[in-house]
Amino acid sequence: MTPVQAIIAKELRSYFVSPVVYVVGSVFLLIVGLLAYLYVVFAGAQAIQLMQLQGSAQINLNDLVFRNLFSSIRFILLIILPILTMRLFAEERKLRTFEFLLTSPIGINEIVAGKFMSVFLVFLGLVGLTGLLPLVLALFSSFDWYPVLTGYLGLILLGALFLSVGVLASALTENQIVAAFVSFGLLLVLWLFSGVGSLLGDTAIGQTISYLSFMEHYDHLVRGLVDTKDLVYFVSGLALMLFLSHRVVDSTRWK
Amino acid sequence: MIEVQQITKRYGHHTAIDRVSFSVAKGEVLAFLGPNGAGKTTTMRILTCFMPATEGKALVAGFDCADQPLEVKRRIGYLPETPPVYLELTVTEYLQFVGRLRGLSGKILTMSMQREIERLGLGTVQHRLIGNLSRGYRQRVGLAQALLHDPQILILDEPTVGLDPKQIIEIRELIKNLAGSHSVILSTHILPEATAVCQRVVIISSGRIVAEDTPEQLSARLRQSEKISLTLKSPAPDTGQLLKSVQGVQNVFTSDAPGTFLLECELGRDAREEVARLAVTKGWGLVELKAISMTLEDVFLRLTRTEEGRPQDTVVATTEPAGRPA
Repeated sequence: MTPVQAIIAKELRSYFVSPVVYVVGSVFLLIVGLLAYLYVVFAGAQAIQLMQLQGSAQINLNDLVFRNLFSSIRFILLIILPILTMRLFAEERKLRTFEFLLTSPIGINEIVAGKFMSVFLVFLGLVGLTGLLPLVLALFSSFDWYPVLTGYLGLILLGALFLSVGVLASALTENQIVAAFVSFGLLLVLWLFSGVGSLLGDTAIGQTISYLSFMEHYDHLVRGLVDTKDLVYFVSGLALMLFLSHRVVDSTRWK
Repeated sequence: MIEVQQITKRYGHHTAIDRVSFSVAKGEVLAFLGPNGAGKTTTMRILTCFMPATEGKALVAGFDCADQPLEVKRRIGYLPETPPVYLELTVTEYLQFVGRLRGLSGKILTMSMQREIERLGLGTVQHRLIGNLSRGYRQRVGLAQALLHDPQILILDEPTVGLDPKQIIEIRELIKNLAGSHSVILSTHILPEATAVCQRVVIISSGRIVAEDTPEQLSARLRQSEKISLTLKSPAPDTGQLLKSVQGVQNVFTSDAPGTFLLECELGRDAREEVARLAVTKGWGLVELKAISMTLEDVFLRLTRTEEGRPQDTVVATTEPAGRPA
């Protein structure tokens, strides 16, 4: 077992002995399930209306259910992912195990990678559970799987970015609440960049600011549009956040 | 094994340690002695590559802490001030994690864990959560962690804090047994500990090394006069004067305890024989006669107090009975 795997295993163990994952996971799945139910009922109501008006109805589940659902999940992730990441470094510093970790014969990149991977796996598990929704829907209706899958790709990339911001915030402080709020704030600012960008219009600055926000990139993927530009955005954002986390962890040694 | 050359560490304007140099040979146990805030932990943190020194160079097993931290970390077992344990893990889970971080696996890992669990008496608690263990057990888990990969060098920051007296003796025994095959640096402010387990003592105060020697030599070097304690059954009124007239005796103090005298003699001169003869011929009823050597405690107090700017001669050895000139 490599040191990174050892850290992942230990962090997963820590996650699952604490109630945080269970509470956060239940809330996440409950809200996602409720929203999905509402969107399906709403789609059903629309179908009945169309039936009455036209005598036949062909509704698009992709548009009515999945796109709405994927857009809503953004909000939920923004709120719950900082709760998952807040303990990663903050707790180590609080409990003085940070010194132990940094005097172990492993690199800081391995520590950051292990921590990130562990919470990413937890997140993948939660996202995986939501996979039941399209599977159940597929039993009773037909829809296009392609945009659903790219939507999931977008969801995973978005989650990874959110988590990396959370890892950075956790490395900055030894107070978990502060860590959660810092990552929440950073993500909210990133979100609002899209509003600021569209306000500035089609200028170079406006476009740059819009590009920095995850909104547009995520929307493309949810709509079934896989563009390299969007993939580059997520992957480079993730890399930048993890790099900054590395620097922050390293710099605590100098203080 | 460890070579520290002129290291200085500053936090902003505050100098935590100032041009500290010392070395530890293979198999040697070195005690780092000093009052709280003297710079013991900072020095240890530099040696374990947790933080870099502002100036100077630290070599561990031939590797520079600044240039090859991974090589250094591989060879060190470190117990920080607070045992670095994860409260949500059991003892075995924790040790497994530690071993894996240090590249142990399979049979070697299992055997190392078994060895440390046995050595530190953790058998009965090995499947319990560390969060539910007492301070003493956590400290022992911390020690097990430091020893797990059988490192050449051990750096222990106050290893016996929080242990009960029996455990303290056990841990000291353990450290003594490790000497020879391992180089050990331990910090402590408990002086008997330093005398009990260490071949050499470094006394550090306000970030500077104020003394470095064996415990015996340190006390010998700092002794300014030989002291003799004398107890008599039936002293005469002129006993004090007569004792003072003995060759080599400079000063005589009487103690609160009846019949007990404290004699201060010239350095390097043992007046015990003379005093005994006098007591016997005068029929004072000699009960006890012994030389008082300065303990490490006295040395420590003397060195660390004079550091604070007090003149040396105001420092009274703590073993000296409360007395007044006869």
